[in-house]
Amino acid sequence: MSAPPAAQTSRALGAAFILKKALISALVALVLFSLMIGVRTEAGPEGHLIYWTRFGDLAAMVATVFGGSIVIELLRQWWGPVGTIRVVPPAVQGTLSLAGRLIAPVLLVFTFLVPVIFYNERYILDLGILVLTYVMLGWGLNVVVGLAGLLDLGYVAFYAVGAYSYALLATNFGLSFWICLPLAGILAAFWGVLLGFPVLRLRGDYLAIVTLAFGEIIRLILLNWQSLTGGPNGVTGIPRPTLFGIPLSAGDDGLAAMLGIEYSPTHRIVFLFYIILALALLTNWVTIRLRRLPIGRAWEALREDEVACRALGINTTTTKLTAFATGAMFGGFAGAFFATRQGFISPESFTFHESALVLAIVVLGGMGSQLGVALAALAMIGGFELFRGLDQYRMLVFGMAMVLLMIWRPRGLIGHRAPTVFLKHNQAISSDLVKEGHG
Amino acid sequence: MSGDHILSVDRLSMRFGGIVAVNELSFNAERRKITALIGPNGAGKTTVFNCITGFYKPTSGAMRLAHDDGHAIQLERLNDFRISKLARVARTFQNIRLFPGMTALENLMVAQHNALMRASGLTFLGLIGAPSWRNAEQAAIDLARTWLDRIGLLDRADDAAGNLPYGDQRRLEIARAMCTEPALLCLDEPAAGLNARESAALSELLLSIRANQGTSILLIEHDMSVVMEISDHVVVMDYGVKIAEGSPQHVRDDPKVIAAYLGADEEEAIAVMESGT
Repeated sequence: MSAPPAAQTSRALGAAFILKKALISALVALVLFSLMIGVRTEAGPEGHLIYWTRFGDLAAMVATVFGGSIVIELLRQWWGPVGTIRVVPPAVQGTLSLAGRLIAPVLLVFTFLVPVIFYNERYILDLGILVLTYVMLGWGLNVVVGLAGLLDLGYVAFYAVGAYSYALLATNFGLSFWICLPLAGILAAFWGVLLGFPVLRLRGDYLAIVTLAFGEIIRLILLNWQSLTGGPNGVTGIPRPTLFGIPLSAGDDGLAAMLGIEYSPTHRIVFLFYIILALALLTNWVTIRLRRLPIGRAWEALREDEVACRALGINTTTTKLTAFATGAMFGGFAGAFFATRQGFISPESFTFHESALVLAIVVLGGMGSQLGVALAALAMIGGFELFRGLDQYRMLVFGMAMVLLMIWRPRGLIGHRAPTVFLKHNQAISSDLVKEGHG
Repeated sequence: MSGDHILSVDRLSMRFGGIVAVNELSFNAERRKITALIGPNGAGKTTVFNCITGFYKPTSGAMRLAHDDGHAIQLERLNDFRISKLARVARTFQNIRLFPGMTALENLMVAQHNALMRASGLTFLGLIGAPSWRNAEQAAIDLARTWLDRIGLLDRADDAAGNLPYGDQRRLEIARAMCTEPALLCLDEPAAGLNARESAALSELLLSIRANQGTSILLIEHDMSVVMEISDHVVVMDYGVKIAEGSPQHVRDDPKVIAAYLGADEEEAIAVMESGT
């Protein structure tokens, strides 16, 4: 593989740049550490000063800084925005981009196989359901925040509306999960429009505050409307989903009995896993389709420049409302699933913390990127479980990991924007150009 | 004052608090012609534009837009996006307002939003991938491709608009406005920041739009070479009022215009103004 001369020079330039940067870092470290580490002073037994040198330690520190600086710079170029000088060899880059393209299908196949591989590990299955729920919530919020650029801090309100819609309809009227699911989505979308109207004129911080308040209002209503919602006691005895009317229970009319296999509680977990997977994939599919339709392009155009949208005859009011409604609808679906999975819901499940978590997933994933959001949900929910062994340091380590990641990739895991239509070549758009929205 | 006017502005006034930005301005823009609105900085040209394109609601006055089929619309009664959607008035901005994170092609696709929304059955037909939608989408891509070709950006169709050179961005913004298939195209300083060669290319583009699309053009411009070369009619404004109008040659020799542009002693200016009225 012989690279063209231009690439060669830019590579050499890049290498020189990295070395220079590392040398400067090492020099700064030398100056700093020569007094802090290089010379150790202490008061002697008679109060006089005694000191000794530790040049070995000093050399080790400076070498670490030098090496670390090179490694960090290389990693930054690997992951950094396109268009910068790259020192990483093309072969490695090729492998990485191949891995980038393969990661989505591999992840999908793996997700499908999770219940097969981990059939006997209830913990992993439960965690998988949890992760998928947040993937779905992230994808739903991504429509509002990532595509339309409207900062929504009260997304949990729609999650709550969906959950309570199913819970109340099922316990009061005995409607089945599959009838309630679309109803929950429609009701949540209705509330999305209701929220959308007053906030249409608001932008930026003001929009964020009103959506935050909306989330709290819904929670407080659920908490105080005792006669309907049961208040802090919540709703209990929410029916489990059935497979075309066949319950997954131990009874004679259960699925296990009908198939003639031995009943196991895991059946229901696996069933729930595939329901949420299907719902999440539906969300993903619809979002991907919508992006390529005029409405989706209008959302992204709205994020880029609202004034220009109006000059082009785009009704920004309905465009914003549809974004709110679509995002809310997916939140409502996820809420209905949450209710049927838990069997019990109370306002405690719908605090601001949930909104913040879902928003963090969207921001961390790279606003607008479907794969990024899925990876971020896996990292946030799965990673949080991963650090469980660290006990009280868990939040600290997790927080540090988040801060580091945001320093490294300020526009999220996948910051590039993929065009929705192309003539010749489909090239990703650098995150520097893509706006984050202002309202 | 007879003739085929696409736009008739009648005693348009716009006040911001105590400031009168536009005062009783009346002028006409002829169909399939290029009308230039010129004047020194702060004369109120962009305010007039913002009134015509619905970004401001005028304090008083009327603006009548007559379509080719005789259907007339009072622009002051419409607002916001409806001017572009219903009256088919498109505009560009003094400081370019493209969608920088979207490709050149996507920018032109967004411009066809209203037509595509209808074709996609308000999204539902599009979601299921109905053939009628696919045909409409392909037609929209073809229209965008035609415009990209005309402004010489076909090779850069898939590049982010924010990555294009300044002159290309200016032309892309005009193409984007044209993709809304307007009856009246309003250009706010399209030649600002362009070099001589790019200005010439711009003049050519505007003349070809007038000739091929039959679009009437209203433009604000400081670049006199462009104004003199392409406009059919020139309206000169200063301090919110019209001080002259007529053919480019006529306006160029008008003493009031010269006084407004080159500056004159206050007494001299007043004398010039009084002699005119």
